[in-house]
Amino acid sequence: MSLIIIKAGILDSIQDEGRYGYQESGINPGGAMDIFAARLANCLLGKPMNAPVIEFHFPAPVISFSEAAVFCLTGADFGAAIDDAEIQLNSPILINKNTVLKFKKIKRGVRCYLSLLNDLKVERWLHSYSTNMKAGVGGSWGRALKGGDIISFDAIHTLQCLISESAFKVLPWKAQPEEHTREDKIEIIAGSEWTWLDEANQQTLLNTTFKITNTADRMGYRLSGTTLRVKEPKHLVSSAVTFGTLQLLPSGQLIVLMADHQTTGGYPKIANVISAHLPHMAQRASGDVLSFAITDIDTAVKKLLQQVQYLQTVQRAANFEIQKFLR
Amino acid sequence: MSYSITALGDAALTLSFGNVISRELNKKVVSLAHAVKTANLPAIKDIVPAYTSVTIHYDLIKIGKEHKSENPFYIMSKQIEALLSHPEEIRDVVCRNLHIPVCYSLKYGLDLPEISEHIKLPVDEIIRLHTAGKYKVYMLGFLPGFAYMGDVDERIAVPRKSEPRLKIEPGSLGIAGTQTGIYPLASPGGWQIIGRTPIKLFDKEILDPVYFRAGDEVEFYTITEDEFDHY
Repeated sequence: MSLIIIKAGILDSIQDEGRYGYQESGINPGGAMDIFAARLANCLLGKPMNAPVIEFHFPAPVISFSEAAVFCLTGADFGAAIDDAEIQLNSPILINKNTVLKFKKIKRGVRCYLSLLNDLKVERWLHSYSTNMKAGVGGSWGRALKGGDIISFDAIHTLQCLISESAFKVLPWKAQPEEHTREDKIEIIAGSEWTWLDEANQQTLLNTTFKITNTADRMGYRLSGTTLRVKEPKHLVSSAVTFGTLQLLPSGQLIVLMADHQTTGGYPKIANVISAHLPHMAQRASGDVLSFAITDIDTAVKKLLQQVQYLQTVQRAANFEIQKFLR
Repeated sequence: MSYSITALGDAALTLSFGNVISRELNKKVVSLAHAVKTANLPAIKDIVPAYTSVTIHYDLIKIGKEHKSENPFYIMSKQIEALLSHPEEIRDVVCRNLHIPVCYSLKYGLDLPEISEHIKLPVDEIIRLHTAGKYKVYMLGFLPGFAYMGDVDERIAVPRKSEPRLKIEPGSLGIAGTQTGIYPLASPGGWQIIGRTPIKLFDKEILDPVYFRAGDEVEFYTITEDEFDHY
């Protein structure tokens, strides 16, 4: 009862909603970069939103299942296929034992998520399954997955009789999250040093475009664009930062902190990407051009709650379907 | 008590007592962080003390669902301000006194010769000045268990290296300006390395994996290479 990584992708790891409660010790939360997609993958199987999932990029892994399992893919579309038959995102799939799941090409996005109805047996450290690669602990042995890795899962005995001979079966429910995954502009709210920029520089930030450079990973994205200057350079003592913080580097360029950010930082915090738009950042790649729009904190909260409400609707419906299906 | 509260995104707030590093402000920080922790407020995910500020990361979804009419930022701010308005609730935290063994031999103190040349003080004097200091752990950050300690004697407060090292061994003790700190894990880094401790500052196998916490008082004492090897 396991899935076997026949060939690893460029960066595959186990993640959940993140590890909280230890930032005072310098231990960062980590967690899924596109938390909306990770939660959706779980909700589509009626699971708790915080259950561990596999996050991967392209080139993606080749995965074999030693036992029948139900999985779901969300986030980036990498042209998933079983036996050369393409399968869709956002829809649960029952896969037969000794069957292989592959990904053929990038169609859209940067990070794809795989959730499993069967519980994955992965490492829990400090209340989270997220893989902390710096500390080498949690999730998938504290590191990216490698070819030959075997991740065990709990068997669901009824599955085998539901699939007979075919390689896979698409289950009859799906989600259509497009309304929550399409967004033109990345919305931000002002940070503690927003007023260090004069109005002209604030307008530059809001009215010009920025390109994601090649230095863009789970820790942060460096952007390139028109150089921004603070009114007067002042010394700033380090304080906490968070997922989505836009820091202004001494070079006048911006960096957006992502899931594996350090817990504290000493650069001016110009703005923060709203929680509801962090998934949009997570699905953008090096070379992509983006623009920012300013919003207020009430709108930020409203947008996140709308997303969560949508996820809960999916979760309830899927739970009902799963019970019916397994009966 | 003067302070400011700003939003750090939509799911955290930072309460700052100022922008100048001092033991006095940091003491307030550590006390407030402790008071917030003991108050056991609901929906708090993380409390992060820094040099002069405390940041509180909260569960936006949970608070947002419970309080439809008011923004979670204002709800959290009010709760923290309520704590501050009762100074009797914010007690000084009794700090721990820690004594850390360090081998300052040239085998581990990789940058000692260069610093000595740069500031025109013999290596022995650099070690004497470093071990004479009583340091405060102002905050943790950068790496799991990395403590920012101060203040280093001005005579040996050398700036960071212009070219950071690609790999610094765990336990390495460094100086960066008036700050001193120990790398708990192997990492790239630009601090000037003056010695190494045999103490494990990060241990993933134990429940409380990190050795230092904000507010600790730290002193260093010298050990020989032989003592280091048999520690």
